[in-house]
Amino acid sequence: MLIKCPYCGPRDLAEFSVAGEAKERPKFVADFDSPQAQTLFVDAVYFRDNPAGLHKEHWFHAAGCQAWLVVTRDTQTHAFVNVELTRDEERLS
Amino acid sequence: MKFSGLQLLKNALNGQSGWAPHWRKASPKDSYDVVIIGGGGHGLATAYYLAKEFGIRDVAVIEKGWIGSGNAGRNTTILRSNYMLAGNIPFYELGMKLWEGLEQDLNYNAMVSQRGILNLCHTDAQRDAFVRRGTAMRLNGVDAELLDREAVVKMVPFLDFDNARFPIQGGLLQRRGGTARHDAVVWGYARAADARGVDIVENCEVTGIRQENGRIAGVETAKGFIRAKRVAISVAGNSSRVAAFAGLRLPMESHVLQAFVSESLKPLLDCVVTFGAGHFYISQSDKGSLVFGGDLDPFPSYAQRGSLAVFSDVAENAIAMMPLLGRLRILRNWGGIMDMSMDGSPIIDKTPIDGLYFNGGWCYGGFKATPAAGLCLAHLIAKEESHPAAAAYRLDRFATGRVIDEKGVGPSPNLH
Amino acid sequence: MSGGGFRLKVGGLIDRTRRVEFKFDGETYQGYAGDSLASALLANGIRVVGRSFKYHRPRGVLSAGSEEPNALVELRTGNRREPNVKATTVELYPGLQASSQNRWPSLAFDVQALNGLLKPVFAAGFYYKTFMWPASFWEKVYEPVIRRAAGLGRASGSDDPDHYERNNAHCDLLIIGAGPAGLMAALLAGRAGAKVILADSDCQVGGQLLSTTEIIDGKPAAQWVDSVLLELAAMSNVRILTRTNVVSAYDDGVYAAVERVADHLPEPPPYVPRQRFWRIVCRRAILAAGATERPIAFPNNDRPGIMLSTAVRTYLNRFGVAVGRRPAIYTATDDGWQTARDLIKAGILPAMIIDPRPKAPIGFEDVAASAPVSLGSRVVDTKGRMGLTTIAVKSAKDTRVVFADALAVSGGFNPAIQLASHFGGRPKWSHTIHSFLAANTIAGLECAGAAAGVYCLAEVLRSGAESALAAMEALGLSTKLTEIPFVRRTVCESKPVWWQASEADHGAKVFIDFQHDVTASDIVLAHREGYRSVEHLKRYTTLGMATDQGRTSNLDGLAIMASLTGRTIPETGVTLSRPPTVPVALGAVAGSHKGDAFRPVRETPIHAYALSRGAPFVDVGQWKRPQYFPISEDADLKATAAREVKTVRSQVGVTDVSTLGKVEVEGPDAANFLDRVCAIKASSIKVGRCGYFAMLREDGFLKDDGMMARFTEDRYLVYVSTAHAAAVYRHMQFCRQILWPELDVNLVAVTDGWAQLAIAGPQSPRVVQELVDPPVIISREKFPPLTAAEITVCNGVTARLCALSFSGERSFELAVPAGFGEALVRRVMEIGAPYGIVTYGSEAMGVMRIEKGHPAGGEINGQTTAFDLGMMRALAKDKDHVGRVLSMRPALVDPKRARLVGVKPRDPNNRIHGGAHIVLPDVKPSADSDLGWVSSACYSPTLSSWIGLALVSGGPERVGETVVVHDPLRGGDVQAEIVPACFVDPKSERTRV
Repeated sequence: MLIKCPYCGPRDLAEFSVAGEAKERPKFVADFDSPQAQTLFVDAVYFRDNPAGLHKEHWFHAAGCQAWLVVTRDTQTHAFVNVELTRDEERLS
Repeated sequence: MKFSGLQLLKNALNGQSGWAPHWRKASPKDSYDVVIIGGGGHGLATAYYLAKEFGIRDVAVIEKGWIGSGNAGRNTTILRSNYMLAGNIPFYELGMKLWEGLEQDLNYNAMVSQRGILNLCHTDAQRDAFVRRGTAMRLNGVDAELLDREAVVKMVPFLDFDNARFPIQGGLLQRRGGTARHDAVVWGYARAADARGVDIVENCEVTGIRQENGRIAGVETAKGFIRAKRVAISVAGNSSRVAAFAGLRLPMESHVLQAFVSESLKPLLDCVVTFGAGHFYISQSDKGSLVFGGDLDPFPSYAQRGSLAVFSDVAENAIAMMPLLGRLRILRNWGGIMDMSMDGSPIIDKTPIDGLYFNGGWCYGGFKATPAAGLCLAHLIAKEESHPAAAAYRLDRFATGRVIDEKGVGPSPNLH
Repeated sequence: MSGGGFRLKVGGLIDRTRRVEFKFDGETYQGYAGDSLASALLANGIRVVGRSFKYHRPRGVLSAGSEEPNALVELRTGNRREPNVKATTVELYPGLQASSQNRWPSLAFDVQALNGLLKPVFAAGFYYKTFMWPASFWEKVYEPVIRRAAGLGRASGSDDPDHYERNNAHCDLLIIGAGPAGLMAALLAGRAGAKVILADSDCQVGGQLLSTTEIIDGKPAAQWVDSVLLELAAMSNVRILTRTNVVSAYDDGVYAAVERVADHLPEPPPYVPRQRFWRIVCRRAILAAGATERPIAFPNNDRPGIMLSTAVRTYLNRFGVAVGRRPAIYTATDDGWQTARDLIKAGILPAMIIDPRPKAPIGFEDVAASAPVSLGSRVVDTKGRMGLTTIAVKSAKDTRVVFADALAVSGGFNPAIQLASHFGGRPKWSHTIHSFLAANTIAGLECAGAAAGVYCLAEVLRSGAESALAAMEALGLSTKLTEIPFVRRTVCESKPVWWQASEADHGAKVFIDFQHDVTASDIVLAHREGYRSVEHLKRYTTLGMATDQGRTSNLDGLAIMASLTGRTIPETGVTLSRPPTVPVALGAVAGSHKGDAFRPVRETPIHAYALSRGAPFVDVGQWKRPQYFPISEDADLKATAAREVKTVRSQVGVTDVSTLGKVEVEGPDAANFLDRVCAIKASSIKVGRCGYFAMLREDGFLKDDGMMARFTEDRYLVYVSTAHAAAVYRHMQFCRQILWPELDVNLVAVTDGWAQLAIAGPQSPRVVQELVDPPVIISREKFPPLTAAEITVCNGVTARLCALSFSGERSFELAVPAGFGEALVRRVMEIGAPYGIVTYGSEAMGVMRIEKGHPAGGEINGQTTAFDLGMMRALAKDKDHVGRVLSMRPALVDPKRARLVGVKPRDPNNRIHGGAHIVLPDVKPSADSDLGWVSSACYSPTLSSWIGLALVSGGPERVGETVVVHDPLRGGDVQAEIVPACFVDPKSERTRV
């Protein structure tokens, strides 16, 4: 399977590692010892939508440019719908 | 009809005409006391124990395809209770004890075979970790033995002892571990549950979970709405999808695990062996096929097929561990969907919705848990409290920090 | 026919000038170059080739291809012995040795054939109903018997001596199958300039054309094949892979294929792999793998001599072998009549042509006129224990016994669509061909020819060309339809004859799955017991689970189930074929990854030096680290480690720490970044100084700890532990790119760029002083502990020097560019000689770190927290950082958690081992008295005692308590005391010398 890395072009799946669902991390908070902060982080770190279908994921081009990518992929067909740099994603959102 | 050698002989004389269907092809009633979503081993075992242990017989098991069509029919059939952590050991040992009496209990030969499971170690650190685990097992009344290299040579002489990149130092052996015939476990539970009045409804996909006033009301299915006082989700490989019907998000991610069988061979390998310098495990079925597997496909997937990269990795591990496998041939390869939880351990718990129960997150270890998960889920449904052996499998453990992380890899589900 | 054999005098593609001698079950026979093992056996009149799985019935060759269920043999001998090889796919080579399998004592007389008498008992699933009492008898009595009886061939039992390789190939169009459709497709695509790979499992291209008497463009088909091959071979854009099975399909046009490079030779020549595993990446693919003929189910349909009609024709036309002297034909297809015609042409008059259809097919009037024909008839029984002798033919008027030594059967054809359903796409029933066609197939893959259900040669050729044309269009290559060669049009009709099983039908041995001995009555029983879904049927009866994956049996079985349930075949279902399409040797998939080449080896820059000193190495991930530097005076390796430790603690030693992960963090926001990643305040480390760090995972557990050096205001070097290096670097990149892309900071992993030595011991300042270039002064005042400097050594070699101590002694970590590593260690040894320097290995280093109570792999195991390891004092609690919030969850700060302590045996000579548990004394060890475990242990030469680090519930609160180190797996409990986790120099005074 080839992944179109924005820096390196189409590269084999073997060059990448994947870290699961690309979800927003809670921003650093001042009252980091508050129960609210814990609730936010528990949700962010442990809970997933885990959809059958389109899924946004973080992939790392370990054996390439070492960019973390935001990949939109279909978990039922394995089709890569979109691959972008996390920084681009940051700008778009 | 009771199964026995005598019945078999009787039927040999009448052309096997005396047998009846092992379970009825039930059509769903309008309502049940308990509806179990998922006709796999776990769901059927839950129904069986509900009826047998807790006298709850107004039960339906709703299955979208044929019973056992999910992971119950796609696994590598290994039984073991060689766990390390306090939250796990009592549960798996309860399971092992249930396996040991299963066939007599169900009156169905599921070929439970305690052939032993041997985990190989290749470094001092790994051996120490095995000793830590083995000692924890022994302290909990579970059998465990440490083998040195010579003892491993004696037990499985054809491993790569001489030319290995990671030489074998020894292993941790659980003699009571072994294998069972996975389909027969499903059928045995189905037959025994059916005999106690449980309705098994096949080809009936659940399409929704209905709540009324914050309480469970029933399930929407391909065959219409079925009202239920209590509903349990037991759908390995589809946990997140079905839980989403009730608006729940789960601490899990789904991945493909591949499994392989070789052509049938005369007896070669007597026990289950797992490789310690990579991901690989292998056993030989009574039919003679070598049954083996390796690592998960790293990316989330609901496609029941594996990648070539992992296939190659499995083969490399196989040859590294057992060079004689080189000339033996893979006959079939398939994939199953593993609901990988965030700490590698399962969940058997109530949900925030009154009357809705959840059993899942078994990662790649659900088969061996079949009897114990069934019993513990039945206990939870019947008594509204966790079975003592499954008390650690709570949904809130991620919030409290009481995670059960045997491998110590944290919330990286593809590494568990 | 010559010499009592079954070989024809003329004809076929064999080379009668090259005799090939081979052995089967110890007897020597002769065949010819070009034979398959099956054709050579048949030519020699060998009819029984194997025994079936369950009833051990004598079985002969059924087919001429990879669908073969019966003729399985053990091929070769010794460590090259290979079980379950299909004789139909083995090319004959000189000296070939094959044996029949699953029989004892001999093929002719097999004791377990008695199982056949017990068939009424051994019905489908009988073992599920019995062998349950007593429970302990299963493993001891019943199961061993079952296991011995089951299984087919024997594995060699020793290591595979052959080599394999993996290869990649890329193309525009992959064509699977080089029969008429595949060849036409390759011609068109090749002429269009596409990069084509044409793969075929046979040793030569042509497919069915090698076995036919048809005429193409006025020439015999084989000649047409030769002309096409000539043209294709001249095209540089076309690659032909013969002896190559395309075995499975993957995402994005990736196909796996196995090329049997040397299986047709006695053994692989030097430097030639036995097989090559291809990973073919293509833009489009055409599946032109042909079709598999179905047998017909009838009582005793499994006798040796009963064979597929196309196979009979293949043996006749390609191999010049008559499968019998008096063959009969039982056909429901026009194709069976073609077999009859070819037999007649070869001078073999069929004993009878039996067709259940009422009329002879159009176009075969010549055949009908030359041989006895029984229309509207069926074969209802056969006789001949070790080979067919007679068949019983039932017509409208009577049942007649016909003498026949062979029976060609043709029940119809199943397109070979296995590969097309590897993604789970369910095939669709075709009412035209009475079989399943590929549907919802893999993107980019199309079927052509017989694989697409097109059976007449003229149409097959057209189908191949058209599929290639479509592929060219999809690829944007302009071309037009090639002229289709002229073939006389024929009609290819068939009418399936499914076995009509009835509920009462239980005695007859109507075999459906030959290899697994699944009979029609087994399907009746499965139906009766409720195993009616096609998957339940398969799993309950084992129908279709043999080495042929049910190619010749699935549909016949399905048809019986359909008739029993009153549903149609498509309503009954279809089992999906699983990869691989044919069984694949594991060695081929593994390629060269075996033995010590299983995984790469990482060597440090001073590996060669350590090797020259005779150091044994230890594996740490892929790294090889020197473990000891033994000298002849050492009694054993324990003594070596003790000597090394003592020398470091009293004088000086040097060790290789190059494997430590090294990440440079650079940029205006470097300090800020590290403050967020780490649980300490990196920003408070002054320039030119080092500092300790701990790093948490997002879930608050400890990820790693180590030291970092700050060389300039905006540049840090972080030393992470060897085992965690890759994961920590990845995590830091995650933080930089995903969590805080706004920070101006960059990360570089430089682990392999530097050779790093630790020079430790009271004399280390003197050694280091002689290494460094002026004006650097190595003194307590000028270069105190935790100093970090970028300097030069040995007259101008770039270096980084940090006064860091892992051993607890005054110590320096000196890094130079990797290429200077070996020179540096030699120089250090020269300079250090007067000070009594030793090289020490990872073992001594481990001993010293345990003596000092520094956590390492046993403690930082992913299950522990900074709290557990007593690191809280070192952490900055007044700031947020990765893992900060979740590290404060209730269970993570519970004082009852297993926390780090030291453990010391009451008797210093009592050994304690890593992994042993710590239990309460004076009570029976149990889960209730379990307090924790020993995470690291060693013999401390400094204390002259065994010592350990342990994670114990309540930890430091138990210091002074007596406990038992419980080690039931290795035998022996040891009384011990809980002590603080630092055994040597708790105030760290020795580092300040």
